[in-house]
Amino acid sequence: MRRQALQLYGWLMVLPACALLAAFTHYPAVATFLHSFYSTPRGSRPARFVGLDNYQTLLQDPVFWRSLTNNAIYAAGTIPVSVALALLMAVWVNGRVRGRGLLRLAFFTPTVLPMIAVANIWLFFYTPEYGLVDQFAHLLGAGSHNWLGSPATVLGSLIVVAIWKEAGFFMIFYLAALQQIPPNLAEAAAIEGAGRWYFFRRITFPLLMPTTLFVLVNAVINAFRMVDHVVVMTRGGPDNASELLLFYVYEIAFKYWDTAYAATLTMVLLAILAAVALGQFFYLDRRVHYR
Amino acid sequence: MKGRIWHGLEQLAAWLLGFLWALPVLFAAWTAFHGREYATHLDFAAPLTLQNFARAWSAAPFARYFFNSVVLVTSILAAQLVLCTLAAFAFARIPFRGSQVLFALVLVQLMIMPDVLIVENYATIHGMGLVDTIPAIGLPYVASAFGIFLLRQTFKTVPRELDEAARVEGCSLLQLLWKVYVPLGKPVYIAYGLVSVSYHWNNFLWPLIVTNSVATRPVTVGLSVFASTDQGIDWSVIAAATLITSGPLLVAFLLFQRQFVQSFMRAGIR
Repeated sequence: MRRQALQLYGWLMVLPACALLAAFTHYPAVATFLHSFYSTPRGSRPARFVGLDNYQTLLQDPVFWRSLTNNAIYAAGTIPVSVALALLMAVWVNGRVRGRGLLRLAFFTPTVLPMIAVANIWLFFYTPEYGLVDQFAHLLGAGSHNWLGSPATVLGSLIVVAIWKEAGFFMIFYLAALQQIPPNLAEAAAIEGAGRWYFFRRITFPLLMPTTLFVLVNAVINAFRMVDHVVVMTRGGPDNASELLLFYVYEIAFKYWDTAYAATLTMVLLAILAAVALGQFFYLDRRVHYR
Repeated sequence: MKGRIWHGLEQLAAWLLGFLWALPVLFAAWTAFHGREYATHLDFAAPLTLQNFARAWSAAPFARYFFNSVVLVTSILAAQLVLCTLAAFAFARIPFRGSQVLFALVLVQLMIMPDVLIVENYATIHGMGLVDTIPAIGLPYVASAFGIFLLRQTFKTVPRELDEAARVEGCSLLQLLWKVYVPLGKPVYIAYGLVSVSYHWNNFLWPLIVTNSVATRPVTVGLSVFASTDQGIDWSVIAAATLITSGPLLVAFLLFQRQFVQSFMRAGIR
């Protein structure tokens, strides 16, 4: 086939996908940036350039700071635990434990459920007095507690839900990686007299580093991307104690219709995601041991 | 001896964690299949009933929500498969100018997903006059960087000899793609399909934003509308509705467990 025709075909084939990507990923990212420097158009008043005013507002907005700290706590609470549990689950399901099939089923099922359904189920669990959590607490002699209604426990309650939903998903990736580790490594280590824990620490875990990196990046993205449960369970309350960044964007944009400020808030989200991407690219990739 | 005790403890811990993980779903199922008076206390002699499902089904237009979700999920997948296959093939096997820059731009979507660009995407959809339509829910997701990436990796593993043999036979580019590349990518297509279907069946925030009528809402949004209105207290009915919305995926998952797990695995190995 002639060179030029091939060029043309290449472009034609990527065109539909690239046009849609440009329209719904690249354009909105750029537009978010631009609109964060303008005021929100209202009625007869069109948007006008306001420079850094929106960012000034942002810095002085206590709810923004609250949502950012909440999101940081939420990420710090969700990610290490769900990744560690995922690894543990994968080792068990891959190993000699009896009833592996059932265990895998139990661990993975939350992944296929919609977050919205998960939120409904857990909402019931957390109900004061009647919920399963409180009934269990009664058994242990503890009093009832309004888990989602008190600022001290609401974020923790959401973290538990997220861990339950995500650990099984990450388990799958570890499982796939574990199955690719050649069994003769374990045999050789056993002959050398290495214990299981030693083997895990020195052989398995380093070999799993690329998977850990992949899982970590996904976990971070999810911590900032997934707010379905907030919508159903708490709506950011009580007193903004469970306000997460994306949920705050949603409220500002679609409850108060302040699109310019919502764009400014989105910029913070985009900055975080970009930092994750760059961090993965420049820092972690180099330190990870690839096979 | 010490080893056997450890092994026993480990076995116990594994089962305990498994039980904890299964508990929420089992409990939801228990609540849904029993009368409302049993929602708050476990009684294994309690009679089973399907009444909660009947009441949930008649209390909200779930049939319509289901129809909307099925239309949404199948049309997104169909469009994704076509667009991603074409783009992935070009990126993998056609050396056209600018392909590397374009591919890098495609990968941007792996990090910055439409999920967080709700404000501007709503403005775009509004400008197109598509608010409250099913295409509006799907459009931002149709060109999937993940799909393009996954298929490009797959196509790159197709042996060159096969490719050249087909070209010598006089295949056009599209014939080559359709007769050689697509059939060889079948397991990846299945994997991608399962991941895409479960993602979009479960997706909530964006559909919540762009839909506002029964005729367009997918099941997730329907469920939230149903659960947040005056059903407030009746957990048995809400549990039933929750199971109804997750039902199709859950049943499919139980039937094709192995494929699901393998698909999610395959989609994760890059």
